[in-house]
Amino acid sequence: MSRPAGATAGPPRGTRLDPWLAQYSARATGMRPSEIRSLFSVASRPEVVSLAGGMPYVPALPLAEIADLMARLVAEQGAVSLQYGSGQGRVDLREQIIDVVALQGITAHPDDVIVTAGSQMALDLLARIFINPGDVVCVESPSYVGALGAFSSYEASIVHIPGDEDGMDPVALASAIADCRARGQSVKAVYTVPTFQNPSGATMGAARRADILAVAQQAGVLVIEDDPYALLDFDGALHPAIRSLDEEGVVYLGSFSKTVAPGLRVGWAVAPHGIRERLVLAAESAILCPPAITQMAIGEYLRHTPWLDTVKQLRELYRCRRDALVRTMAETMPAGVRWNTPEGGFYSWVSLPEGLDSRALLPRAIAALVAFVPGTGFYADGQGASQLRLSFCYPTPEEITEGVRRLAGVVRDEVELWRMFQQ
Amino acid sequence: MSAAGRHIVVLAGGLSAERDVSLRSGRRLVTALREGGAEATLADVDSALLPRLRELAPDCVIPVVHGPLGEDGALATLLELTGFAYLGARPDAARLAFDKPLAAARMAAAGVRVPRHLTLPQALLRDCGAQAVLDRALSTIGLPCVVKPAWGGSALGVSIVVDREELPAAVVGAYTYAPTAMIEQYVDGVEVAVTIVDDGSVTVLPPVEIVPVTGWYDANARYTAGAVEFFAPARLTDAQVAAVVDCARAAHTALGLRDLTRIDMILSDEGPHVLEATVAPGLTETSLTPLAIGAAGRQLGEIALSLVASALASGGRLLSRPY
Repeated sequence: MSRPAGATAGPPRGTRLDPWLAQYSARATGMRPSEIRSLFSVASRPEVVSLAGGMPYVPALPLAEIADLMARLVAEQGAVSLQYGSGQGRVDLREQIIDVVALQGITAHPDDVIVTAGSQMALDLLARIFINPGDVVCVESPSYVGALGAFSSYEASIVHIPGDEDGMDPVALASAIADCRARGQSVKAVYTVPTFQNPSGATMGAARRADILAVAQQAGVLVIEDDPYALLDFDGALHPAIRSLDEEGVVYLGSFSKTVAPGLRVGWAVAPHGIRERLVLAAESAILCPPAITQMAIGEYLRHTPWLDTVKQLRELYRCRRDALVRTMAETMPAGVRWNTPEGGFYSWVSLPEGLDSRALLPRAIAALVAFVPGTGFYADGQGASQLRLSFCYPTPEEITEGVRRLAGVVRDEVELWRMFQQ
Repeated sequence: MSAAGRHIVVLAGGLSAERDVSLRSGRRLVTALREGGAEATLADVDSALLPRLRELAPDCVIPVVHGPLGEDGALATLLELTGFAYLGARPDAARLAFDKPLAAARMAAAGVRVPRHLTLPQALLRDCGAQAVLDRALSTIGLPCVVKPAWGGSALGVSIVVDREELPAAVVGAYTYAPTAMIEQYVDGVEVAVTIVDDGSVTVLPPVEIVPVTGWYDANARYTAGAVEFFAPARLTDAQVAAVVDCARAAHTALGLRDLTRIDMILSDEGPHVLEATVAPGLTETSLTPLAIGAAGRQLGEIALSLVASALASGGRLLSRPY
């Protein structure tokens, strides 16, 4: 920008409004808000059907029982539940987690487990202990936004590996690792959400899991397996974890956020001994210890309620919502829009007709009282503009039907708009 | 008449893309008003608004709702119907300022320099051939140019187009926020924002100069601390300040605005070009108006309370200065 004659370019110094700006670390300077973020305060308004957030339907939980057990934890065990605890997490909960991960075919000892404040914390801790600036993490295309944020905040170089409906392509993964190494980069991890992936809804088959693991083993790269949706197969099928194939080369992350309640913030990592030791040290540095009261609440919930039956009820509820979503998509979306029909989890991944940009679509959608997440949020490299994520977990089937109808109208208008430029 | 001790309702939020900014502005204003001794309540703009206002029975209402509804005169119309005193432009003036092409025409007629521009309703492109219309528009405006929605603020939907190929996406981006787009001459110069306080007598606060660290002053830069450097007061000569101040005052007057207005302009070698007038300036921690208030050695709460006092002294000024 040029300056008119007479205007000076020198002092006085201006202000960037934050007096500490020059003091921030390089990684903090790289953190930027998105203009999309501002739209989410609109999405939270009751008039808006939000197909955006991946919020489990907690009203379906046995809330009275949870209230009772929380009250008892304070009244009868307050000296423990309101006190500091172990940095690794309560041993009784870790024993229960062993039973939970056994459902995914994982054999582990309670000492292998570290309890975290949601599995997001485990991602942050893993990034903290493994990532130097510029180190590579290979992720799916697209990938979980929270993982991208955790890795990016430690200045990782994120490489998206192409895939198909069966998940990450092992050949492409091997090639990417080789390419990175040829450029002198250190490849630290392969990150995957193998079951009902966020955001794509895709699930890796058993053979693909073994192939991905084989590539990682061959290359000597750690696999971070993030599996919060493992119990949410609508048919009740279980998908053996990659960790069940290799105890030394895989860190398995799990969470009670999708099967119990995200507000309790209880997740875990099952890790090889050396990694677990460092994770505990890093966790103690970050938060001293995970909250005792929520760990105990989860423990009591698992012990005294038929929690797997509740998960089964949730799966049925989510299946109905998935059905409402894909049925209305089929009825209302214009030609050129494609989506998948996930067999579990929370999300469907939508591809828009050529030329449409999901970021540009979002303000129109908000104006039409429906919200989604643009696909760009799930890539670290600017891809995803022609895609978007729809969540079907929280709104009722009726709300989903109405929301998808509104969205279809917005997409149709946008298609018409672009068509003007093609005539 | 003092406004200290008065009950003031700050309206913020709404359903526009600028809801978050509005809520931040509203919370900041509420704090400032309380520090100034007023009783202040924050209220959202939703279906409960009218009963809520009736229940709160404020002495004065200050809307800081950005985007349509808040700035297009609709909310002002509603407030006039309630009979409560309120701050901000009256409905007709707000409607005029909100519609950028109409506002530009009104300001130009009053002798205020505005960038050369064309108005492109979506229907025009649909009915008359988008590519042909855009080619013709470009032959008049030239490249680079600015494409923006005819309504709205916070630079949402605004693009600077350097290559012809970028134009369709820019126009579609503008249509995201309004059914009419503007294609505007890119004016190279210093970006300046001027805040005007008008309680019947006009005070022009020191101009604030905007210097993006990289790129331009887009929607992300506006709300990212550190992405933009501000100079308050602007690094201008006395003559340039005088030109900018006169221009802002003329724009404010031409549009019939009152109370608190921000005039955004580019100062080039030709002089100031007004880009737009904002009737509900942002009041967040990264907004321009609080910077101007600080540069003037004044406080947000003090200015807001003086405007409230003036409004109350004139019986709400509902009909005092019809546009």
